[in-house]
Amino acid sequence: MASHEAHIREPLIIGKKDYHQVTEDITYPIAGKANKYWWMAFTVSFITMCWGVGCLAYTVGTGIGVWGSNKTVGWAWDITNFVWWIGIGHAGTLISAVLLLFRQKWRMSINRSAEAMTIFAVICAALFPVFHMGRVWLAYWVLPLPNQFGSLWVNFNSPLLWDVFAISTYFTVSLVFWYLGLVPDFATVRDKFARMGKPLQQKVYNILSFGWSGNARAWHRFEELSLVLAGLSTPLVLSVHTIVSMDFATSVIPGWHTTIFPPYFVAGAIFSGFAMVLTLMLIARKTLNLEDYITVNHVESMNKIIILTGSIVGVAYLTELFISWYSGVEYEQYAFLNRASGPYWWAYWSMMTCNVITPQLFWIKKVRRSFVATFIISIFVNIGMWFERFVIIVTSLHRDYLPSSWVMFHPTFVDIGIFVGTLGIFFTLFLLFCRTFPVIAMAELKSILKSSGDKYKK
Amino acid sequence: MNYTLTKNTRNILFGMMGLGVVGLIYAFVAGIEGQRIWANLLVNGLFFTFIALAGTLFVAIQYASEAGWSAGVKRVPEAMGQYLPIGGLVILIVLAGSAFHVNHIYHWMDDYLVTEKTTVQDLRTYEEGLQHHATHAEHHDAAPAAEGHGHDAPHAEATPAADHYVSEAKFPVGPEHDLYAANYEKAAATDSIANPHFDEIIAGKSGYLNKPFFFARSIIYLAIWIFFTWFFRKRSLAEDLQGDEVKHRKNMNAAGWFLVFFAVTSSTMAWDWVMSVDPHWFSTLFGWYVFAGMFVTGLTMITLISIHLKRNGYFQHINENHFHDLGKFMFGVSVFWTYLWTSQFLLIWYANIPEEVTYFQDRWENYKVLWVANLVINFIFPFLVLMSRDAKRNISFLMVAGVAIICGHWLDVYLMIMPGTVKANYGIGLLEIGMFVGFAGLFGYVTLNALTKASLVAKNHPFVDESAHHHI
Repeated sequence: MASHEAHIREPLIIGKKDYHQVTEDITYPIAGKANKYWWMAFTVSFITMCWGVGCLAYTVGTGIGVWGSNKTVGWAWDITNFVWWIGIGHAGTLISAVLLLFRQKWRMSINRSAEAMTIFAVICAALFPVFHMGRVWLAYWVLPLPNQFGSLWVNFNSPLLWDVFAISTYFTVSLVFWYLGLVPDFATVRDKFARMGKPLQQKVYNILSFGWSGNARAWHRFEELSLVLAGLSTPLVLSVHTIVSMDFATSVIPGWHTTIFPPYFVAGAIFSGFAMVLTLMLIARKTLNLEDYITVNHVESMNKIIILTGSIVGVAYLTELFISWYSGVEYEQYAFLNRASGPYWWAYWSMMTCNVITPQLFWIKKVRRSFVATFIISIFVNIGMWFERFVIIVTSLHRDYLPSSWVMFHPTFVDIGIFVGTLGIFFTLFLLFCRTFPVIAMAELKSILKSSGDKYKK
Repeated sequence: MNYTLTKNTRNILFGMMGLGVVGLIYAFVAGIEGQRIWANLLVNGLFFTFIALAGTLFVAIQYASEAGWSAGVKRVPEAMGQYLPIGGLVILIVLAGSAFHVNHIYHWMDDYLVTEKTTVQDLRTYEEGLQHHATHAEHHDAAPAAEGHGHDAPHAEATPAADHYVSEAKFPVGPEHDLYAANYEKAAATDSIANPHFDEIIAGKSGYLNKPFFFARSIIYLAIWIFFTWFFRKRSLAEDLQGDEVKHRKNMNAAGWFLVFFAVTSSTMAWDWVMSVDPHWFSTLFGWYVFAGMFVTGLTMITLISIHLKRNGYFQHINENHFHDLGKFMFGVSVFWTYLWTSQFLLIWYANIPEEVTYFQDRWENYKVLWVANLVINFIFPFLVLMSRDAKRNISFLMVAGVAIICGHWLDVYLMIMPGTVKANYGIGLLEIGMFVGFAGLFGYVTLNALTKASLVAKNHPFVDESAHHHI
């Protein structure tokens, strides 16, 4: 069938690939040996992870008093990190579900690794509320279990409980969706190992692919299930950060209680998620030789999403600021005055600079098509989005309704250690993923080769 | 091929406009309170301007996102935008009416409310004016009820008719005011006293809510939206005659600028024209909530007009695949609107802060049926009707859901405006229905007339081939 794709669209796969070459390129990191850069990165990540685990152990052994949180600032780094990681976990499902609905073919080169990041980020995120409970071994109390288990019946009116349901559902569906997509690709890896004459690896990948046969019935069911999961994931991806925002917005704390929070948190989550995907993929495309699959065209499309979500976040910041004045409520007005000019002014202005100003540079075509500029800006966005959560949580709490309770928050080495440790966990898992899983959805990508591959485009 | 506005269609549209005139005449004859007529004018002014604006927004989004499928229908939203100047004029008339105190829709425009010090003479004059308005309104309101048109104002008898005029005023009544009243009698006419009508909250907002700035903003919004509408259409039509990528690229660039401008003004416009009707109330989400309603209404209007064209033998290149996409948009954005509705309501209800919750309290107490109907018509109905793939590919289903969405979102705008302007003295009678139908006729006429002036197919559009072969 001749393709009717418009001539002004850029190809999504370059380097004159055919089907076989796609398989070869993408299974290469799995079949080959790791280079020294991989080992260096892995060592650093693994040590960091161990340091974080140590800090977690120290927290459990001593009590959460070892954190910098205090009576006034009851939520601080822990919840900041939780929201930051959950936000990063939004890009994967957005790319695989929402962009699927919008028929954005460029998502096929990045969805696999973005979904993996989702899973790893949610794991990192979940650590914080769990360890903030203090007695980690009683974590199952968050579930609505009958009192015979020794727990208390949960409060269904609390958004914190909604979080438990939203995040666990999101994690489960994301994991299933991710794994489902992997099934045919695992079979491809299996066949590759069969050709290479490596029976052990062949066997492992055969089990992972559930003995995928690739017949028409299997493909039919695969596609049916993909659609169902995509449909389920779309409301889920919106619900997670909506409910996280409600942890704050249902309260009566100035700076927390504001109606724009749900959509603004979702936009911010996608914004930070895309930034993290860009940070990682720009490294991965170099080290894994994926330049023909993650092209400047892909980066440009992702940067456009960064502009969109970054601008939404920017409009939300300004709306909050304006309405706090417009409301005429002195507490609201003070909360925002304190953010911008109080003792945490540097956090507020770091957030404004990183999140509102830097992504606007992507309006310039040269910048959004530059790998180096994109990489730098993506780091800025990661930092800015961390500060956003810090600003919302700490600056709203540290000066509450009772001026005699006003304090500052100072992180301890344990706070910092756990946060850095989660970065270690994240990168360790991602590096292992790169070496064992096909980082690009081969089966899907091959379906657009003849319409969007440069070999087949006029 | 160009669209021809047949005599039949034209007569229907003129008939609709006629019904609008009849509704208006009826309102005068039946003595319906002026404020209610003005409020209706504003509801329809806003509603149809929103639809036209959503047309231009749709065009801009298609350019910016390089969407292919929609190239075949793009002449419809382009034509819808042509209504913007007329809709804008209607809004400006209502705003001007408030500025000259012909109506009290934007009652923060009453300078007396933000004057801290006054003289006894000025106060006396002001309060006589209020009394006059109050009795005037009472007189008018009693008339239709006596003539047996009670359905026009179902709640009129329950609440004092002049309620809304006095709501912001503080009449010195009751024992604690005796001293005040005594002084009031004794004082010389020129004595300076504290203004009992001074509204601290509105005064606090006067840096933003003041007439010069307000009108400047309103005119800038409309002028720039109209400019972009014109710009997109001009390049698009020129492309029909001479196809090169330059015009397409120009529109793509313009789309970026428009979207930036729209991102800011869609919110500020909603604060100015809609939220300031209840000047004490505020909600950070409000601008996006208005936007979601506007967007889904605009998408629905695009669908309905495309169905009209398809049914009359035009739009050969548009098939169920395109309708499927339009249906997905109607479904998806309806859910998005509900999401924002819920976010705003849930958070205000949950926190239960008096200055915020009053907004929903007014609606719950006086507008209960319509308030619930808003959710049923705009969420539950399209959600169920458009859920399945087959429904989205079926013109009849799309029409049923589409008509519901259009009426439902008119009701949504109605619920934004009425409680703040006429309190409980509302109704949905010949006036409301007539004016809604009348404006719909006017909008339809302007849009369809614009469609006759250009080819229905954007011939040299780079994505027109993709659109013609669109298959999902």
